[in-house]
Amino acid sequence: MTTTLNLTRRGFMVIGGAVGLTLGMRIPLDGRDSAHASPGYPEEINAWVVVKPDETVVIRIARSEMGQGTLTGLAQLVAEELDCDWSNVTTEYPTPATNLERGRIWKSFSTGGSRGIRESHQYVREGGAAAREMLIEAAASAWGVPKGECSAKKGVITHAASGQTTTYGKVAGAAAKLAVPEDVKLKDPKDWTIAGKPLKRLDTAEKLTGKQIYGADLKLPGMLNAAIKQCPVFGGKVKSFDADAVKSMPGVKKVVAVEDYAVAVVADKWWQAKTALDALPIEWDEGENADVSSASIAEFLNEGLSAKEAFIGNKVGDADAAIAKAAKKIEAVYSYPYQNHATMEPMNATAKWTEDRCEVWCPTQNGEAALAACAEAAGLPPQQCEVYKLHLGGGFGRRGAFHDYVRQAVLIAQNFPGTPVKLLWTREEDMTQGRYHPVTHCKLTAGLDADGNMVAFRVRISGQSILAGAMPQRLKDGADPITFQCYAPKGDHSISYSFPDLLVDHAMRNPHVPPGFWRGVNANHNTIYTECFLDEVAHATGKDPLEFRLALMENYPKNQAVLKAVAERAGWGKPAAEGVHRGLAQCTAFGSHIAACAEVSVTGGKLKIHRIVAATDSGYAVNPQQIEAQVEGSFVYGLSAMLYGACTVKQGRIEQTNFDSYVVMRMAEMPKVETIVMPSGGFWGGVGEPTIAVAAPAVLNALFAATGKRIRSLPLSKHDLSS
Amino acid sequence: MARININGQTVEVDADGATPLLWVLREYLDLTGTKFGCGVGECGACTVHVNGEAVRSCVVPLESVSESDAVVSIEGLSQDGTHPIQKAWLELDVPQCGYCQPGMIMAASALLAKNPTPTDKEIDEQVTNICRCGTYNRVRAGIHRAAGEKA
Repeated sequence: MTTTLNLTRRGFMVIGGAVGLTLGMRIPLDGRDSAHASPGYPEEINAWVVVKPDETVVIRIARSEMGQGTLTGLAQLVAEELDCDWSNVTTEYPTPATNLERGRIWKSFSTGGSRGIRESHQYVREGGAAAREMLIEAAASAWGVPKGECSAKKGVITHAASGQTTTYGKVAGAAAKLAVPEDVKLKDPKDWTIAGKPLKRLDTAEKLTGKQIYGADLKLPGMLNAAIKQCPVFGGKVKSFDADAVKSMPGVKKVVAVEDYAVAVVADKWWQAKTALDALPIEWDEGENADVSSASIAEFLNEGLSAKEAFIGNKVGDADAAIAKAAKKIEAVYSYPYQNHATMEPMNATAKWTEDRCEVWCPTQNGEAALAACAEAAGLPPQQCEVYKLHLGGGFGRRGAFHDYVRQAVLIAQNFPGTPVKLLWTREEDMTQGRYHPVTHCKLTAGLDADGNMVAFRVRISGQSILAGAMPQRLKDGADPITFQCYAPKGDHSISYSFPDLLVDHAMRNPHVPPGFWRGVNANHNTIYTECFLDEVAHATGKDPLEFRLALMENYPKNQAVLKAVAERAGWGKPAAEGVHRGLAQCTAFGSHIAACAEVSVTGGKLKIHRIVAATDSGYAVNPQQIEAQVEGSFVYGLSAMLYGACTVKQGRIEQTNFDSYVVMRMAEMPKVETIVMPSGGFWGGVGEPTIAVAAPAVLNALFAATGKRIRSLPLSKHDLSS
Repeated sequence: MARININGQTVEVDADGATPLLWVLREYLDLTGTKFGCGVGECGACTVHVNGEAVRSCVVPLESVSESDAVVSIEGLSQDGTHPIQKAWLELDVPQCGYCQPGMIMAASALLAKNPTPTDKEIDEQVTNICRCGTYNRVRAGIHRAAGEKA
């Protein structure tokens, strides 16, 4: 043991229970560094499973729950291998510092890229299977029989030969003392009885009564509250502020500068802090970006469409030469705007800082990254810090790679050693200090042979790189590989069409507005570009958009299967209702194969989306009804973006400040969604994000069918459909 | 010292009269089930009932609420989560992240109290809360299910 006394005070935060009382309720743990949990962690069977004497099974979930259902899905996978009684299952989050202390026994905490399940299914199932083996071994040992003669089902262990039975709860103490087996055999998914089933979520009940505590709701004894204003122009600074003007306002404790770009007011109550901050005179030094506008950004990106230099993402043959000699050429330019994540719960974090320890309570998609941000801001080693994760009121990528709000909370709390301070952003801060969906323009060119077959495809993307802005260390020789999502030669974001000649490249143009991973990421605009453009080519050559696509997809049978499934269910090729028109889209994203068929009508210039049929092949389907929920929700997110989503830039800042100017879809506009979950087995695809990519193009293609108008720039709200 | 009636109890609140009801509930009465989403009455996460009407509490100043006004927050909707809307929500697994759901449930329950069997159009008009996870279709199904139970 080389750790200090402080470091042994590790624990788990138990989520749930009565309002305001459960946080910080911890099961003390000894700081032993054994990866094999048992001796040092007597309450657990292994790192993933705790069984209590009352038969409660606590499954540890390292990834974050933000609505996507991963908490329940991961618990299903562990419980499946554990063979416990699902009705006894509950969950808890291990803390990031405990993970660090135990040699990352829970591996990654990162919850993004639709990777929560697909990246961790193997080791969480092994955790469940190992715990099952240990429980059986403990029972067999007590009975003095070979463990191979014992079996387990629903938390009951049976030795058939002697007729003896016992339960997991009764042998858990003995099992916890055993070594964790290294090699365990996992079940064939076709034998699943808990995983693969449309079980209800584990985290619903408290969300219906107001008992679920989110970060914004946290209240700790003696806690102060902070509101913050950051320079509205990205990259700008605070020139001056007049603290004296507000220091005598009700509740105000202190006005603090946060680094060189922000000012916070700390008060007893958050409303007092916010009221005082609104009254605080602040002068900004807006810096070199103060003249940037949407128009200047568009000009910057437009230049990239014809630039000589570009990073190549996918190249087959010689597309430029093939297009030059093609019988016919079709070309179009598309674009995609900035968008805010707009999580319902604004950014927030609560921090308690002292000279030798710093603790943070926050919503985060990546507990380990939050811990790193906490430690860096606190000026302490991560071993002297801790992060307690709370369920997120939405994540969508805003709370994974970026922990600006954690850093700010810690810096503010440093003004009040030993006192917890909760920082909560206003919606206006949240809207104008985002990490935005990147802007891109895209020029697409098709080369057709004399028979109208598309034989060459040239795609030039010009625009912003998320990695360049968010994690430049992941650039490869300057290039951003994720820019090519849905255009990649192979893998989770493979292009799903074949062309004899193909070139996709990226002229990187990075405006000053910070980009972020926005649910669906680069698959969103890239799929709009491809799917709308191919629709253009199909119509221009007089071909049926379904048949045109299928002919180019012979090397992608799983994509063909989902596309055919939606076409068949929607009645493609058969007459739709009077005035109703259909559109298709498909892609491979986040490891899954996705397709959608939209049905729309346009009356008096007003679009109505009647119905969406969507298909998902995620390989395995851990919880089909949660996949349906994710697919439905993806249409809300994707169609909100298509209909209204645009953050425009004026004088270097984002113009939209709240939901009155950043409009999102509401219930009245929501179409019926019919989801086809069609897992073909043999792979693990994500489901939280990929469907977003097909939402907009399916509707835009249906809109073209209805009106003959081809929408190439978003959002739709800026286009007039009435003429 | 203001007096308000919240969830059937009259309480005294030592807050400035301009303080929005939302922040009175959250910061003075520890009723954090009512959520802060936008602060301008757009998103509905802060919806409570005032005399049976669904009201966006972030734009209701404390001084405009009198002791004779019955304020009900999500914590007071039912004793134990058994309001027909809550039951329907549980049966249909409506919430995703859940942050908007207290407001959504308060809007839906206010609608049903006045209109026991709303049409889709009436639901569209009366439940205009924002959900970013996209639970709208299950919200709609949940309202119809709860309406069926009541009818």
